[in-house]
Amino acid sequence: MPSGVPLAIFLLPFFSFIVISFIIRPFLNSKPQLSGYITTASIGTSLILSLWVLAEVSSAPGHVLSMPDYEWLAIGDTVIRFGVTVDALAAIMLIVVTSVSLLVQVYSQGYMHGDPGYSRYFAFMSLFTAFMLGLVLADNLVSLYVFWEGVGLCSYLLIGFWFHRPAAARAATKAFLVTRIGDFGFLAAILFLYSKTGTFDIGELHHLALAGAIGGTVLTWAAIGIFSGAIGKSAQFPLHTWLPDAMEGPTPVSALIHAATMVAAGIYLVARMFPVFASSLTAVTTVAAIGGFTAIFAATMALVMNDIKRVLAYSTISQLGYMMLGLGVVGIGVANDAIPLEVGLGLGVAVGIFHLFNHAFFKSLLFLGAGSVNHATGTFDIREMGGLRKVMPWTYITFLIGSLSIVGIWPLAGFWSKEGILDHAWDHQTALFFLAMITVFMTAFYMFRVVFLTFAGEYRGSNAGHSGASAHAPSLRESPLVMVAPMGILAILAVISGWLPVSSFLGGESESFFGALAHPIAWVSMVLAALGILLAYALYSAKWLSSESLRRRFAPLHTLFSRKYWIDELYERVIVVRVLVDGIFVLLNWFDTRIVDGIVNGIAGGTIVAGKGIRRLQTGQLQAYGIAIFVGVLAIVACFLIFG
Amino acid sequence: MTVGLEHFLILSAILFSIGLYGALAKRNAVVILMSIEIMLNAVNIAMVAFSRYGHLITGQVFAIFIMVVAAAEAAVGLAIIIAIYRSRETVDVEKFDLMKW
Amino acid sequence: MEIAFWILAVISVASALAVVFLRNIFRAALFLVLCFFTIAGIYVVLHADFLAAAQVLIYVGAIAVLIIFAIMLTRETPRGSPSGRFRLIAFLVGATFLVAMILVVTGTDWQVITEAPTEPTTSPLAQALFSREEGFVLPFEIAAALLLAAVIGAIALVREK
Repeated sequence: MPSGVPLAIFLLPFFSFIVISFIIRPFLNSKPQLSGYITTASIGTSLILSLWVLAEVSSAPGHVLSMPDYEWLAIGDTVIRFGVTVDALAAIMLIVVTSVSLLVQVYSQGYMHGDPGYSRYFAFMSLFTAFMLGLVLADNLVSLYVFWEGVGLCSYLLIGFWFHRPAAARAATKAFLVTRIGDFGFLAAILFLYSKTGTFDIGELHHLALAGAIGGTVLTWAAIGIFSGAIGKSAQFPLHTWLPDAMEGPTPVSALIHAATMVAAGIYLVARMFPVFASSLTAVTTVAAIGGFTAIFAATMALVMNDIKRVLAYSTISQLGYMMLGLGVVGIGVANDAIPLEVGLGLGVAVGIFHLFNHAFFKSLLFLGAGSVNHATGTFDIREMGGLRKVMPWTYITFLIGSLSIVGIWPLAGFWSKEGILDHAWDHQTALFFLAMITVFMTAFYMFRVVFLTFAGEYRGSNAGHSGASAHAPSLRESPLVMVAPMGILAILAVISGWLPVSSFLGGESESFFGALAHPIAWVSMVLAALGILLAYALYSAKWLSSESLRRRFAPLHTLFSRKYWIDELYERVIVVRVLVDGIFVLLNWFDTRIVDGIVNGIAGGTIVAGKGIRRLQTGQLQAYGIAIFVGVLAIVACFLIFG
Repeated sequence: MTVGLEHFLILSAILFSIGLYGALAKRNAVVILMSIEIMLNAVNIAMVAFSRYGHLITGQVFAIFIMVVAAAEAAVGLAIIIAIYRSRETVDVEKFDLMKW
Repeated sequence: MEIAFWILAVISVASALAVVFLRNIFRAALFLVLCFFTIAGIYVVLHADFLAAAQVLIYVGAIAVLIIFAIMLTRETPRGSPSGRFRLIAFLVGATFLVAMILVVTGTDWQVITEAPTEPTTSPLAQALFSREEGFVLPFEIAAALLLAAVIGAIALVREK
C-alpha cells in the first residue's frame, strides 16, 4: 500500500471543504447540490481507502503498519515530527468515521434540502470529518491536539449552524466553553508529559510508560489530565451539560457528531493512550468510576425527558459512560496484575472500542430516525407524536432495531459489546457492575418509552391545543428514499456489526454466536432489559399503569431528574455568577485596572512628568544647544586630561 | 624664543575661542556667521601649521577643502538668514525658537 | 620673519576681538576683512603661498562681499550687534576651551621636522590633489558637487516666491 493512502483519507474531505468554501460557495452558489455531491464523493472515497487500509492492517504482522513521518517543527533541539499511525485501532476508527459520515452525508442531502446554508453545511461537515480522520491518524500528541481542537471548532460551527436561533448560538458557545475546560487539562498533560519525557510521540510514550521510565505520580497526573480532555469531549460527568443542549444543531449533525464521531474522540483518546492509563491504578480507577457513574447518572435523566433528541443525547452520554467503564475496568485488571499486561492492553482497547463501534451505528441510526420523525411531524416532543408506525413503517422498523440493539438484546450488535463490558466489570469492579446493571434496565425503559410514545397509539399532534395548528399541521408521510436508505443500511449494520470480528482484531476475545448465551450475566442483563421494556409497555402502550400516578408517587425524584439534578443551575447560577462573575472576575478586574493598568499608566504618567521637566531644556535657542555641545567637548577633553 | 609650531597652534586656539564666544553670545545672525568664519580660519591656520612643521602637503589640501566647505556654508547660511529675515523681519536668534517642543 | 608673525598675530587677534565686540555691525564686517588679510599673511609666514592667494581670493574677495551683502539686505545695522543672554556662559565656555587647548598644545611633545619648506607649493599641491595614487580626486569632485548644491540651495532659499 502506498504510504500516501492514509494521508489521502484525511486530505480528501479536507479538499472537499476547500473546494466548497472557495469555489462552490462564491461562484456556483446557484447549484448548492454540488456541495453535497462533492462531500459524499470525497468521504465515499475515503471509506474505500479506509477499507483498503483495514485489509492491509489485518494482514500485517502485529496489525501495525509502519509509516514514514516527516519533520514538522524544529525549535532548538526540540523536533516535532508529523506522521500517521496505522494500527488496528486507527483502522477501525477510520471505518467508523468514514462509514457513518458517508451515510449521514447522504441522509443530509434529503434533510437539509432547500436550506439556505446548504453549501456551508456540507463545508463544515467535510471539515469536521477531515479533522476527525486526522485525529484518528495522528501519531503524536501535538498534531492530535491540533485535530482535537479542530473537531471542537467544527462542533461549535455545526451546533450553531442555525446561528440566528438564540438557543443554537447559546448551545454552540456552551459546547465550546465546557469542552474547553477539559481541553485545558489535556493540554497541561501534554506539556507536563513532554517536560518529563522530552517526547510528544505516542508510541514512545507507550514504551516509556510500560517500561516504568515515568514516575508513578507523574503518570497518574498526566493520565488524569488526558482523561479530563476526554471527559469534556465525551461529555462525561461533570462536563456532560453541553451535549443535550447541542441537540439544537441539525439532526444529522447530532447523528454524526454527538453519536458516532466527535464524542467518540474522548473514548478514542483514552484507548490510544491506554498503556499510559493502565500503568496507573489511580488513573484507571478514575476512568472506571467516572464512566460507571456517568452511565447511570445520564440514564436517570433520560427517563423523564420529553424531547426525543434529548433522550437520545442522555442515552449517548450513558453509553459513552459504558465505554469508559469498559476501558477503566480492564485497566484496573491490568494495573492489579489480574490480567497479564500483553493481553490486557489489547483487551482494554477492544472492550471499549468494540462498544464504540457498535454504538456508532445504532446511535446514528436512532438519531437519523429521530430526524426522520421530525421531518414528518415538525416537532421533537414525544408527547405530540404517536401512531407513526402506520405512516412511517420504515422509520419505525429501523428505529425499533436500533432500540433493541442499544438495549442489548441477543443477537443484535449492542448485546456483544455490552456483555464484554459487564463481564469485565463483574471481574474487576463489582460495585460498578451493579450500577451498570441498573443502567441496563433504565436504558430499556427509556428507549421503549420513546418507541411506544412515538410510534404506538394514536397521533396526538393535531390536538396540541393552540388554534390554527391543524391548518399548518405537517403532512404525515414517510421520508424520502435518500433519508430512508441510509437508515436501512445503518439498521443492517446495527444488527450485524456485533458479529464482525472487531474485538479479536483489536486484541480482545470474541464469543461464538451461541456460546455467548451460556453466560449467566448475559441472561441477567437481558432479563433486566426485558423488564424495562415490559414496564414501558405497561405504562405507555397498554396503559395498565398510569404514568401520571407513578410520576406523582415519585414526584421528588421526577423533579430531580427532569431538572437534570440542577447541574446547569449549579454551573450557571453558582459557579459562573457567584464564583466567576462576582468573585474571580471582580478580583481580576481589580488586578487589571489597578495593577496592570496602574503599571502602564504609571509608566506613561512618569514619562509625561519627566517629559514636562525635560522639555524645558528644549528652548529652541540654537546658542544654548551650541553651548551644550561645547560643554560636552570640554567634558571629553577633561576626561582625557584627568584619566589619559 | 623662536617662533615654532606651538605659537601657530596657540594663535589658532585664541582665534577659535574668540569665534566660539562670538557664535555663542551674539544675537545678530550675520555676526554669528562671521564668528563661524573666524573659527574655520583658525582651524585652517592649525592645518597649514601642521603641514609646514610636519612637512606634509596634505594639511594644505585639507585647508583647501575647508575653504570649499566654508564658502558653501557661507552661501547657504546667508541665504537662510535672508529667507528668515523676509518672513520674520528680524535676524535676532533669540527670537528664533521654532525648534522648541 | 618672527617679527612678521608677531605683528600679524596681534593684528589678527585684535581684529577678531573687534568683530566680536564691536556694536556696529558694518565695522565688524570690515574688521573681519582685516582679520582674513592677516591670516593670509600668516600663511605666507608658513610658506603656503598658494593658500595665501586662495585666502585672499575666497575670503577677502568672495565671502566678505557676501557678508556685506547680507548686512545690507537685512537692514539690521541700526540695532547693531548686541550680546545675548548667554554672553557670560559663552565667555566661560570660550575661556575654558582656550585654557584647555593651551594646556594640550603646550603639554604635547610635538615631533617637528626642521627641513626647509618646499616653495612654491602650487605644484606639490596639484600633485597631492590629483595624483593617481593616494590623491584626492574623488573628494575634489565631491567638493564640486557640494558647491553646486550650495549654489542651487542658496538660490532656492532666497528666490522670491
